Amino acid sequence: MPTTTDSETAPESGAPATAPAIRFQDVEKRFGDNVVLKDLNFEVSKGDRVTLIGPSGSGKTTILRLVMTLEKATGGYIHINGEPLTHELRGGKRVERSEKAQKQIRKRIGMVFQQFNLFPNMTVLENIIEAPVHVLGQSKEQATRRAMELLESVGLPNKAKAHPLQLSGGQQQRVAIARALAMDPEILLLDEVTSALDPEIVGEVLAILRRIADTTDITMLIVTHEMQFARDVSNRVLMFDGGRIVEEATPDVMFTEPKHERTQAFLHAVLGGQEGQIGTH
Amino acid sequence: MNQVWDWDAAWAVLPELLMAFVHVTLIVTVASTAIAAVLGLLIAILRMSVPKPVAVVINFIGDFIRMTPIVVQLLFAYWTFLNVEPLTIGIAVFGIHYSTYMAEVYRAGIESVPKGQWEATTALSMSKTRTWTAVIVPQAVRATVPALGNYAISMFKDTPFLLSIGVVEMVRAGLTFGGNNFRYMEAITLAGVIFLLASYPTSLLISRLEKRLAYNY
Repeated sequence: MPTTTDSETAPESGAPATAPAIRFQDVEKRFGDNVVLKDLNFEVSKGDRVTLIGPSGSGKTTILRLVMTLEKATGGYIHINGEPLTHELRGGKRVERSEKAQKQIRKRIGMVFQQFNLFPNMTVLENIIEAPVHVLGQSKEQATRRAMELLESVGLPNKAKAHPLQLSGGQQQRVAIARALAMDPEILLLDEVTSALDPEIVGEVLAILRRIADTTDITMLIVTHEMQFARDVSNRVLMFDGGRIVEEATPDVMFTEPKHERTQAFLHAVLGGQEGQIGTH
Repeated sequence: MNQVWDWDAAWAVLPELLMAFVHVTLIVTVASTAIAAVLGLLIAILRMSVPKPVAVVINFIGDFIRMTPIVVQLLFAYWTFLNVEPLTIGIAVFGIHYSTYMAEVYRAGIESVPKGQWEATTALSMSKTRTWTAVIVPQAVRATVPALGNYAISMFKDTPFLLSIGVVEMVRAGLTFGGNNFRYMEAITLAGVIFLLASYPTSLLISRLEKRLAYNY
């Protein structure tokens, strides 16, 4: 873990061991005139599982995309383990960091997408070992061994040679999870990972994610409409509306006694008035 | 001597036509297609990776090449590079001319690769080189194989333009035979038939490929 010298960007970066995994500091994101996120401040501690909920268009997915550097913030700073991600404050000015520096940080972050985004021109195994071999520099044998373990753990040990498009949506998403884990990420971003799946196979994907949450200390930032899953897996829930956090609580509190009326209305709409029935496992 | 079709003349000219077909027409088509396929891809990738002003210049050069007749380009190159073999000039000019068309095909192919594929390469921290060579190009090329094949056929049919710079391709061989024997009809007809026999099966093959290659994302 390299220590940053430009301590003005993050006062706590002198002690990176205690720095939060993710820190948003006055983050603004606008697309043209459309302000999606405004003055956003929040932190995710290492090992935390944080779920972002809220109506569509509230900016939840944009937050994940900012952390993955698929989008760049138009204002403010994002720190990963105390290190600035895309922009830093240098000489009183907000400047973009070098592509090399961004890449170093990006390597520790993994993402699973709503649409899986597996490479259709590669086999399942090739999808999983591509980055470990070519980005992390692992040997092909080493990467393959790990890939087979991961395929085993997502219940697809005999699909290594299959091509993604020969698999069902649920199977593809399980491969995508294995592909993200093969990079041993410190932070895992889950962007509506079950939204493109048939209802009857949502469970198999969520079960795998629950197990990852139980057996690893990966920091997770989750956007989902599966409130039961959010409740089971996360230890913090942030309710978003109009690009701002309107409420923050533990899942137990958020799903049973939400304070903000916006949260109450949202939960009422998604749970269809069954708030009382969502329980812990 | 005055009959419309003379089988003896037809049999006499056929070997000469086939020789020209194998030694010039086929070689130019294969070599120029290879050049156009590779150069076109490089142009397409370059155009998407360089700063906008540079891309504008590349576009202008491409437009210029596409908007001028290939015969003019052949003659221009022929009179510019007097010490280069005409056959080599022919291969280079056809390759470069068609690379500008193929660059357009590749561009469409690259744009047809879903945005999510690019995002996955970012999420996996893949290098630019790996992103292009392992993910984008294999998918883009797959979608463009049929169009590339059609341009190869079209180039094949353009090879008679080589007679303008003195290359003895099939039509030139036929004309030479006609001049020596006062029989043009057989030579020109047979040249046409050979073109048809070579390009028709190729186009059938391409349309079969087209059906087999498409991805359903």
